Amino acid sequence: MYDFEFLRPTTLDDAVAALKDEDAQALGGGQTLLPTMKARLAAPETLVSLTAIPEMQGVCMTDDGQLEIGGATTHGEIAKAAQESYPGLASLAGRIGDPAVRARGTIGGSLANNDPSACWPAVALASGATIVTNAREIAADDFFQGMFDTALDEGEIIVSVRFPVPEASAYEKLPQPASRFPLVAAFVAKFSDGVRVAITGASGDGVFRWSAAEEALSADFDPDAVDGLSLDADDMIADIHGSQSYRAHLCGVMTKRAVKAAS
Amino acid sequence: MPSVSMTLNGRPVSAEIEGRTLLAELLRGPLKMTGTHIGCDTSQCGACLVHVDGKLVKSCTMLALEAEGADVTTIEGMANADGSLSPIQAAFREHHGLQCGYCTPGMIMSAAALLKENPKPTEHEVRDWLEGNICRCTGYHNIVKAILAASGQDVTTIAAE
Repeated sequence: MYDFEFLRPTTLDDAVAALKDEDAQALGGGQTLLPTMKARLAAPETLVSLTAIPEMQGVCMTDDGQLEIGGATTHGEIAKAAQESYPGLASLAGRIGDPAVRARGTIGGSLANNDPSACWPAVALASGATIVTNAREIAADDFFQGMFDTALDEGEIIVSVRFPVPEASAYEKLPQPASRFPLVAAFVAKFSDGVRVAITGASGDGVFRWSAAEEALSADFDPDAVDGLSLDADDMIADIHGSQSYRAHLCGVMTKRAVKAAS
Repeated sequence: MPSVSMTLNGRPVSAEIEGRTLLAELLRGPLKMTGTHIGCDTSQCGACLVHVDGKLVKSCTMLALEAEGADVTTIEGMANADGSLSPIQAAFREHHGLQCGYCTPGMIMSAAALLKENPKPTEHEVRDWLEGNICRCTGYHNIVKAILAASGQDVTTIAAE
């Protein structure tokens, strides 16, 4: 790893100021960024840790009944704190990586990175979450813009994420056995006005909503409602772990399992 | 050069280090605590696990400067005050939970974090928790057995397979 200047601001304003430098990079829990830097795939001149800013920590309910999670809150803390308020989300958080990854990795770091196989983008998109930054609020539907790409501007920080809480939800993933990232995973969220389905791990464009499944499940919230639906395999990722057609097939399997688990 | 101060196994320590110094490198180098092992150095094997403010952390995937002011415990801090083995360490010896021993410090730190959170885990819960600990001797059965025994559960019925 190349050397850098390390900063650990304790206020959001100081963090925003430090990240104005174009060679500065925000650091969340470091569970992706530090291995990337060790492999010399990233070499920022300044690293700005976001883990010492109190307003970016913790989990609470807003006055209008949404679950609000600070951007620097770890997966492990969320898995515990959201167990009652949003069990589907807590279950997702509690199955990311391994216990040590969950003790360091943060929700904001994962969303800002937008790995096409990450778990957090699935629940954010399926819930219709709002990503709150130091500058504005971004709807999840506008936030994810392709593999490792988001609507965030340079130096923009995810301060918190607000999740509408569905009536029922579940996350089902087929973990890639070595990395524990999903090979394909589906988050299904049933709201009073309809069902939202988000798929991660499958598409080269990253997380996406499966609108045909949403329509079918909004009419009939039953695993069988997904039967006969299919996704275009040409849009899927192909690698040594699974072909395009296998991933397209898994989208249906994981969605059905999630509906069953949520029912 | 930046400096870092922390409590290591109950004693205050400090060192001058580069920004890029990993916690594992600080422990093994300037602080001479070589019980913490670096197995893969790619955040996968768990040999470098330590406790930072009570949380299980891969010390190869945390900057030493991030541990400023923290309370850090390594394998060297796990024995009883009189130097005898802690119940988890004793169970690993009793049930042959180590072969080459390279993964053992990480296994012990991981087991201690599990039993703090879940004092009577099931076998499945132990195996699930050890997701991030790799034993290349593949000695998992006896590691799981040792952890269950350390939790005070009867392990006579668990097959060695």
